[in-house]
Amino acid sequence: MQLFWIPLLTLVGTLLPMLAYRFGRRATLLATATLPACALALVFTYIPDILNGQSFVWQTDWIPAAGLSIAFRFDGLALLFALLILGIGLLVILYARYYLSERDHMGRFYAFLILFMTAMLGVVMSDNILQLWFFWELTSVSSFLLISFWWHKTEARKGARMALMITGAGGLALLGAFILMGETLGTYSLSAILASGDALRESSVYVPVMILFLLGAFTKSAQFPFHFWLPHAMAAPTPVSSYLHSATMVKAGVFLLARFYPVLSGTDMWFGIVSLVGLATLLVGAYTALFKHDLKGLLAYSTISHLGLITLLFGLDTRMAAIAAVFHIINHAVFKASLFMAAGIIDHESGSRDMRQLNGLWKYMPYTATLAMVAAASMAGVPLLNGFLSKEMLFTETLHQATLGSLSWVIPVLATVGGALAVAYSLRFIHDVFFNGEPINLPRTPHEPPRYMRVPVEVLVVLCLLVGIVPEFAVGDLLNAAASAVLQAPLPEFSLAVWHGFNIPLLMSLLAVVGGSILYVNRRYLFQFQGQFTEIDAKNEFERAVQWLTARAVRLQAWFDNGRLQRYTTWLVVIALAVAGAPLLEMESAAGSLPQQAVDLPVLVAAVLLLIGTVATVVFSHQRLLALVMVSIVGLIVAVAFAWFSAPDLALTQLSVEVATIILFLLALYFLPQTTPLKESSTRRILRDLGLASAIGAVVGTICYAMLTRPLASISDFFIANSKTGGGGTNVVNVILVDFRGFDTMGEITVLGIAALGIYKLLAGMRLFVPAADQNGIGWAKDKNPMMLAVVSQSLLPLALLVSAYIFLRGHNLPGGGFIAGLITAIALIQQYVAHGVDWMKARMNFPYHVMIAVGLILALGSGLGSWLFDRPFLTTWFDYFYLPLIGKFELASAMVFDLGVYFTVIGATLLILANLGQLTTSERPRAE
Amino acid sequence: METIYAICVGAMTAGGIFLVLRGYTFAVVLGLTLLSYAVNLFIFASGRLVVNGAVILGESERYADPLPQALVLTAIVIGFAMTAFALILALRARSDLGNDQVDGRTEIHDDLPQRQRSNTGDDA
Repeated sequence: MQLFWIPLLTLVGTLLPMLAYRFGRRATLLATATLPACALALVFTYIPDILNGQSFVWQTDWIPAAGLSIAFRFDGLALLFALLILGIGLLVILYARYYLSERDHMGRFYAFLILFMTAMLGVVMSDNILQLWFFWELTSVSSFLLISFWWHKTEARKGARMALMITGAGGLALLGAFILMGETLGTYSLSAILASGDALRESSVYVPVMILFLLGAFTKSAQFPFHFWLPHAMAAPTPVSSYLHSATMVKAGVFLLARFYPVLSGTDMWFGIVSLVGLATLLVGAYTALFKHDLKGLLAYSTISHLGLITLLFGLDTRMAAIAAVFHIINHAVFKASLFMAAGIIDHESGSRDMRQLNGLWKYMPYTATLAMVAAASMAGVPLLNGFLSKEMLFTETLHQATLGSLSWVIPVLATVGGALAVAYSLRFIHDVFFNGEPINLPRTPHEPPRYMRVPVEVLVVLCLLVGIVPEFAVGDLLNAAASAVLQAPLPEFSLAVWHGFNIPLLMSLLAVVGGSILYVNRRYLFQFQGQFTEIDAKNEFERAVQWLTARAVRLQAWFDNGRLQRYTTWLVVIALAVAGAPLLEMESAAGSLPQQAVDLPVLVAAVLLLIGTVATVVFSHQRLLALVMVSIVGLIVAVAFAWFSAPDLALTQLSVEVATIILFLLALYFLPQTTPLKESSTRRILRDLGLASAIGAVVGTICYAMLTRPLASISDFFIANSKTGGGGTNVVNVILVDFRGFDTMGEITVLGIAALGIYKLLAGMRLFVPAADQNGIGWAKDKNPMMLAVVSQSLLPLALLVSAYIFLRGHNLPGGGFIAGLITAIALIQQYVAHGVDWMKARMNFPYHVMIAVGLILALGSGLGSWLFDRPFLTTWFDYFYLPLIGKFELASAMVFDLGVYFTVIGATLLILANLGQLTTSERPRAE
Repeated sequence: METIYAICVGAMTAGGIFLVLRGYTFAVVLGLTLLSYAVNLFIFASGRLVVNGAVILGESERYADPLPQALVLTAIVIGFAMTAFALILALRARSDLGNDQVDGRTEIHDDLPQRQRSNTGDDA
């Protein structure tokens, strides 16, 4: 079976617990465990080949241009992690069956857990770094869901949010690192990147890539100073702590260190940062663990400390250190998962996790106590247990490094101190919980857990012993394969023997055990010393920081986003001014090389009228009707300007649109106040706006002038040359609209239709106050539809329709076309509405205008699609000339069908807007309340 | 002539922007209308000013650039749709909020954030 089946099986497995939940707990357990077990079996089939040094890659392209492919890679390191994820995962599934109570939604819990399992498998198996990052984020999200599983508890919600924020922020940093890495090396494939470590180390982006990468890895693996989220993630159910926060997810960070070891390590900066952060985490974690009264809190800080140990190993400048790091990943996962499970059992059976209450449990649960003590001894690094071996390796390697130059001797000393602290807190775990007198005020009388709840712990403890006593036999091959995948190079000689003879590392271990015991025995003084410091609750500190940040963000946002349109518009205008105005400062002179054309008298008159109209519109904007008259003057002059400057099509369009616009404004004004209060804005604001507006006007005018006085190199020569031969029309503007750029026009009439439909929707259910009289208190005219107007407009209608038909037909060759003809028809019909009223029109022309829009769009689309029948591209025009007696030679073109579509859409849209708005003024509308 | 044309475009832009910055919907829509005139004339100017030119083949040797004309023609129609939409939106705002200010609130509520106001109309 292909590689991708491993994560795919678990992904499908996410659904099963939810489906099986209604059939009871046993069924849920079986359904949940089935697919991960299958995936584990599949992993086993790969073991022989991978132990022989092979690695597998499966990939398929998704969006190759963006570097996205779906790629999985299975080598020694991935195998090691897959075994941990699936193996410990299955044990946790079994354990959780007994841990969760009847009230917990087991199906949902398992679904989250398996989702996390999938994400984790994706992280360790991805061969594309963007895909890796996707799964990385998925681990953060699924971990959030799991920590907040008991969402009714506030500490669960807060802990989950903190974990998500810290690991999520780290994830962003990691994405930055990956993108920089991918863009620099030109590939997002992990296999290719692993082979180009030298190229990356020599490139200029190495430092930013490494910093961002380490931020991602350190936040996930709870390294100092980002370690504070992990203890608060302990609000999760204990199976989650055991699985995510000791065995797998927090290992994702160190997994990354291992995975990218050949690419990023090897520089002094790497060794410096990684080893110091690791050492600091090791010490801070171990020291804090000593003072925790909460069982899980102790284990959480111990986890932080051990993660620091692994990080420290990756930061030591020797190959053996990397091997030791991989080894400790296995060992820590095994003993810490079992310790968490034991802590969960104790919590479950006694009702408390407080070590001040839990005493002398040996009497009540000797079997569990034995298991926990073996695991804790391994955590302390006692010989014949797996923790001892990797700790010895650490001690050996700290002696063989030169990371800090002449100060390098500090590292082995501090490592020994860390070891002593580990011994001390392990002793505390054993002695405080299982001995040390009698239990105090426990909610329940402790007893041994159900038989199968112990099985996962037993399995893991046996593994501790097995690795500790016969390491070479138990994990030798796996460690070899994983370590060579990390180093991507032949391994140095090493032996996993328990006994290496009397040497310095053994002495360090002895010192650690003795020192730790002394520390524990004298713990009273230590507690007194620590007691004089007030304990900082990271949760509160974090919450305060988040709230501070949120308050700042809200204030910043309120500054530009205050819910006021005027503020937004001002910003928009200011930015437009800056963007458009800045280049003008660079320009030497506004005037270009073209000479100015002479000014004629008509132009001058029109310009003066336009300026007066513009100024009057602004000045009289308080008297709305007057302002409307003024703006219509401007519109008319614009139409005249189009006509003057050789654009008859535009002049016709502008003229007819002007009519429609003014009717629309008049209708709207009927419902709006007739005047604007004079004290609408403060003088300061008016001055400011005047300044802004003048500045924009000056900039736009200057650009316009600069453009007008510079020679033109237009692409229009092509259109002029091909209009007749290619499009079959002599009106180049129309041919551009319906043929050359027909697809644009198609889009534009679609927008027109959408706008009209939007207006239709806005009008529906609108309740407006209908004024009974005008602003002077004079009632409306009784004679709503004067006879003269009715008669004249009715007799004008056929004429108007005839004109519009003429304009439409000649459009291809002379000024005119679908847009103009449509507007003329629409205005002719609106005139009937005005003259006769809505009721009269309804009786005669009860036609839904939105259907007309649809017909128009379908016609336009159909004429475009039609060219496919003749194997031509979309919207290719066909035309030919025919001869009929009496009429003579005439032209037929498929573009006419397209133009007909435009015609119908324009009529439909215009009438839909105007007729429906007009309808609001009559009895057809719902009455105002 | 170019100077006069540019002055007109600039003046219309300034007038349009000033009105768009007002606090009442009617003025804003009026400003949008002025602004769209100005923009249309501006785009049209990219074909330069040609008096007595031809857009119909065979009429004259001097052609006016047909491309900006085609662009502006559709812009005029779309501009109409936009003006109409803004205007109807203003009506709807008055219908639902009871006043014709751009933010749908009267000066008394000046300092209250928008979300604290409840709509007086209903959404059909």
